[in-house]
Amino acid sequence: MTIMSLSKALNEGMRKAMEDDSKVLIMGEDVGKLGGVFRVTDGLQKDFGEDRVIDTPLAESGIIGTAIGLALRGYRPVCEIQFDGFVFPAADQIITQLAKMPMRSLGAIKLPVVVRIPCGGGIGAVEHHSESPEAYFTHTAGLRVVACSNPADAYTMIQQAIRSDDPVIFFEPKRRYWEKADIDTASTEWWPPLHKAKVVRPGADATLLAYGPMVKTCLEAATAAEDDGRSLEVIDLRSLNPLDEPVVLESARRTGRVVVVHEAPVNNGFGAELAARVTEQCFYHLESPVLRVGGFSTPYPPSKLEEHYLPDLDRVLDAVDRAFGY
Amino acid sequence: MTTEAARGAESPPELVQLLTPEGERVEHPDYDIDLTPEDVRSLYRDLVLVRRIDLEAVALQRQGELGIWASLLGQEAAQIGSGRALTDVDMAFPTYREHGVAWCRDVDPVKLLGLFRGVNHGGWDPKEHNFHLYTIVIGSQTLHAVGYAMGIQRDDASAATIAYFGDGATSQGDVNESFIWAGVFNAPIVFFCQNNQWAISEPLEKQSRIPLYRRASGFGFPGIRVDGNDVFACLAVTRKALEAARTGQGPTLIEAYTYRMGAHTTTDDPTRYRVASELEAWKLKDPIERVKAYLYKNEHAGQEFFDAVDAEAAQLGADLRRRCLAMPDPEPLDIFDHVYSESHALMDQERAQFAAYLEGFAK
Repeated sequence: MTIMSLSKALNEGMRKAMEDDSKVLIMGEDVGKLGGVFRVTDGLQKDFGEDRVIDTPLAESGIIGTAIGLALRGYRPVCEIQFDGFVFPAADQIITQLAKMPMRSLGAIKLPVVVRIPCGGGIGAVEHHSESPEAYFTHTAGLRVVACSNPADAYTMIQQAIRSDDPVIFFEPKRRYWEKADIDTASTEWWPPLHKAKVVRPGADATLLAYGPMVKTCLEAATAAEDDGRSLEVIDLRSLNPLDEPVVLESARRTGRVVVVHEAPVNNGFGAELAARVTEQCFYHLESPVLRVGGFSTPYPPSKLEEHYLPDLDRVLDAVDRAFGY
Repeated sequence: MTTEAARGAESPPELVQLLTPEGERVEHPDYDIDLTPEDVRSLYRDLVLVRRIDLEAVALQRQGELGIWASLLGQEAAQIGSGRALTDVDMAFPTYREHGVAWCRDVDPVKLLGLFRGVNHGGWDPKEHNFHLYTIVIGSQTLHAVGYAMGIQRDDASAATIAYFGDGATSQGDVNESFIWAGVFNAPIVFFCQNNQWAISEPLEKQSRIPLYRRASGFGFPGIRVDGNDVFACLAVTRKALEAARTGQGPTLIEAYTYRMGAHTTTDDPTRYRVASELEAWKLKDPIERVKAYLYKNEHAGQEFFDAVDAEAAQLGADLRRRCLAMPDPEPLDIFDHVYSESHALMDQERAQFAAYLEGFAK
């Protein structure tokens, strides 16, 4: 067992993947000598060389476009997009090329490309550094979209994403990079499959659905709710596409109340998909409509206001209260 | 302000040309090429056959058998010259108009039609031919080509990539990023720009203030303008650039100066934006006629040869037509195939639901 921060767990996971497979490459802005602005790739260039840990020109479309070419040549590139708000110059290559090329080739082409995106707010950053763009990518067929919430998942999921023959958008909760946990790096037997959701806290009265940075917030809310005599189940979705629907639906049917929590704006967010799916398939089991907690339908605000914009323990509990009001 | 009056613009550059429009062989100090009569007859056959494939595809579209077609008419020499410069280990990244290059890479012409008939999005295995799928979004493939070239470097292989694109594509961010990346990483790549003068309705001056080949100098590698209607020159220039790439000398930009003699696609109407005299002038520079004239003048081929090529072309066209019409339509449930390489819960779910829905009609 080793105590590791989430960012170190990603680093160790990538290191393992690079040791296991010489085709795995790291590429992105400042990923080499600097080790990335969050130090997630720290030390990898020193140990694996500049051919495998590539400091790229400052051009996101170029990062993804050339990663596609490298994948066509048999490589497995892991691309770092420095911040969530900088992924949009690469959106065309991701949505139009990366996601669709395997299907266009009738299966002749596989594109094992991982796109790592530090996401979400809560670190007092300037604009474009705190966004949650997951819904753009969950809406795009051909991509797998996952979000880790804790060090152990970061360690396993990054390795599984790299091993996937499909492109994977990999969201990292940047405000949780420094969270620490004890990780068993000697065994792989405890690893859940990449697309498996996890019940991180069992409960009986309502279900909180979350992923990435909001999992911790929901766990805190569930602890607080105990004082009110409410038993909240918390599910860490881990994978947004594909969604582990059975785990979500089973919980919804059992508790009868579901609250979805994410940082991204509620309007047209991923929570809308969850609400629709739960409603369609658990209609007669529900005691209340599925409620959503998330960011407002505004651009991400200046950081002095982000504590109002981001869902916190109180906003989650407020939604739980409303769910019990039906 | 016209392009000519713009600061930084200079007098029109010289083209690399080895065969004049009249079929006269000319020498160039930097680009020599040694072609046997058999080589030239073979190039002539290529040119005629790809023009015939193109003609048949246009006809198939007119008859409603293809949804659309992007004609290569006029660009045969640029495509055959560059395509025949490639060796088996080189990798080509085409746009949607590279039917001549596809021919050089042994892609069955009927497979090109699948995309335009709507039965698939690209029906060949790129690895089998070292010829990537057609890319429709303008310029995207140039970055894929550079990435592939970076892979060649990491494999320590002696091979090159070639990225095809047009004059309009040079305005795209991806193309400019690909130039930057290729330069920075000294990637083994040839950028082959077919400047056919028109990006649908927009003439070159809407894309560039300077001749396109001169863009290369700003990115730190050589740029060359070649007579794109001269198959000898296209072959010689591309061969040299590929060899430079394979031997670690980095990228080259080739601007093949040519002309789109047809419409942008079968849905386009060039009479709305260009004058007929322009086409007439370019017809005098036809890429096939000059090779025919050369073969005649030098008595490398007689009427019997030309008749035989024409007969082969007619046969190819008829065969292509027959096989296009015989192409099976895809099955409804094929929609879900190959979206992911590995099993995917949502695909399985939607496939099963749609299958059940379709099954309802069978009862």
